[in-house]
Amino acid sequence: MSKYVKLSFDKGGLNTQLAEFFSGMLENQAVDALMAPMAQPKKGVMQTLVTSKDNLEPLDPFAPVMPVNSAKLASSLTAKPSGKRIAMVLRSCEVRALVELVKLKQANLDDTLLIGMDCLGRYENTDFLKFQAKQGTSESFLEGALNGKTESEGFDVAGACKICEQPVAPNVDIRICAIGSGAGSLYLEAVTEKGEEALSKAGAKFVDAPGGRDDAVKKLSAARTEARDALFASYREETGTFDALEEKLAACINCYNCRVACPVCYCKECVFVTDTFRHKGEQFIGWANSKGSLKMPTDTSFYHLTRITHIAAFCVGCGQCTSACPNDIDVMPIFRTSAAKAQARFDYEAGRSLDEPQPLSVFDNDELLEVTGQSK
Amino acid sequence: MSEFEPKIVSFFCNWCTYTAADLAGTSRLSYPPNIKIIRVMCSGMVDPKYVLKAFLNGADGVLIGGCWPGDCHYINGNLKARRRVALLTELLDQYGIGPDRLWLRWIAASEGTMLKEVADEMTEKLKELGPSPLNKTTTKVA
Repeated sequence: MSKYVKLSFDKGGLNTQLAEFFSGMLENQAVDALMAPMAQPKKGVMQTLVTSKDNLEPLDPFAPVMPVNSAKLASSLTAKPSGKRIAMVLRSCEVRALVELVKLKQANLDDTLLIGMDCLGRYENTDFLKFQAKQGTSESFLEGALNGKTESEGFDVAGACKICEQPVAPNVDIRICAIGSGAGSLYLEAVTEKGEEALSKAGAKFVDAPGGRDDAVKKLSAARTEARDALFASYREETGTFDALEEKLAACINCYNCRVACPVCYCKECVFVTDTFRHKGEQFIGWANSKGSLKMPTDTSFYHLTRITHIAAFCVGCGQCTSACPNDIDVMPIFRTSAAKAQARFDYEAGRSLDEPQPLSVFDNDELLEVTGQSK
Repeated sequence: MSEFEPKIVSFFCNWCTYTAADLAGTSRLSYPPNIKIIRVMCSGMVDPKYVLKAFLNGADGVLIGGCWPGDCHYINGNLKARRRVALLTELLDQYGIGPDRLWLRWIAASEGTMLKEVADEMTEKLKELGPSPLNKTTTKVA
């Protein structure tokens, strides 16, 4: 049973209100530390870890930017326990990626308090700086986005966000609800007992659920799902042949940025940087000889296809891969469409539940009989 | 196109399917030379990369042979292989390689006849399908 706390704020007071609340959490030792997006001294907004209530002034969780998918940060904070209770403010895609990392034993939620914020999208990193330069604020973004307008002058939220059907984070202890909360107010929802305890310690007064939130969330998800399905359909048509896929990937230079940016690319050492792919000069000459010519660097399509087989079951659609590409290859639809098919095949959804085993970690005698089509 | 001879890269498990191929040989059963056998210790060690690499290098088909469920020498390697093949077929299908080009079959050590049948059947099927879209070498013959 969810419980809600209402935070009302005047114009310009969103972050101050939130900072005040989190300050109560730290002061009353509901948690020992907080990781949340905060304005940086020079420019930009990044996840920042603080342990004292005095350092919360730059707090800005709703800034429409996500420089990295914080599931990776959560993994570095928790894979080897710190012994401290850490609250983390994360977006839906970050929480879902984190759930997959927990199942891969690369993160641990024992001492964490997960706070999921409603997400209406993020700008690309460079666009966000332009947005800030034009005096754009989290409040101005939220105000527009809640009315369906995310576009700023000349740029819009990332492609991945436009088709994200999960603006509300699952599997969290507390939610910061902006969708359907009404202008000038936010709600903090205690989703779990742990969440309720933390809110109580921070001195929360529980109130009724915000009327109209469920409908507003459903409406937004439905619109995004429609956009997603439309993109999937057109993308699948465009890449129905291998040549079409190669055309999409033609500018790939094997920088592996998409792999580094991907929160669920879980290998500790990527096979593509091991000796397996450190070929001898004579091998390259041999291939050039047998094929007539050899595009260098080699194995670009191979790399992406392999990455799909590794992450198809875990992809949460955060779009960091596209953001990271130096040659503007829109790789997100490649991974998302393949992931959707793979996850459907195994009746699995990345980030949905901590209890569902990952598809390639379990198997059964009497399943998938159609693969071989044989019976005894 | 009648001259098209598909290249089928085959990963056969040491304990069952490879032994079945051996049995087919000693029983003087002939199966098409289109099947190029690579002996692996278990179908469960066939990394999806091996399959992808085979297709990227122009194989028209990939055949993975393993022990029947319950008979795996390593208890359950074949069941892992089945999940991976299910994943791969989804992927191959999306990018026009066609799920019919990747086969997983259970063939026990005693089933030399079945090995011949599967080899015949797959070669026939791939002749029907024609060269893989990634097989750039067959077009040279006028």
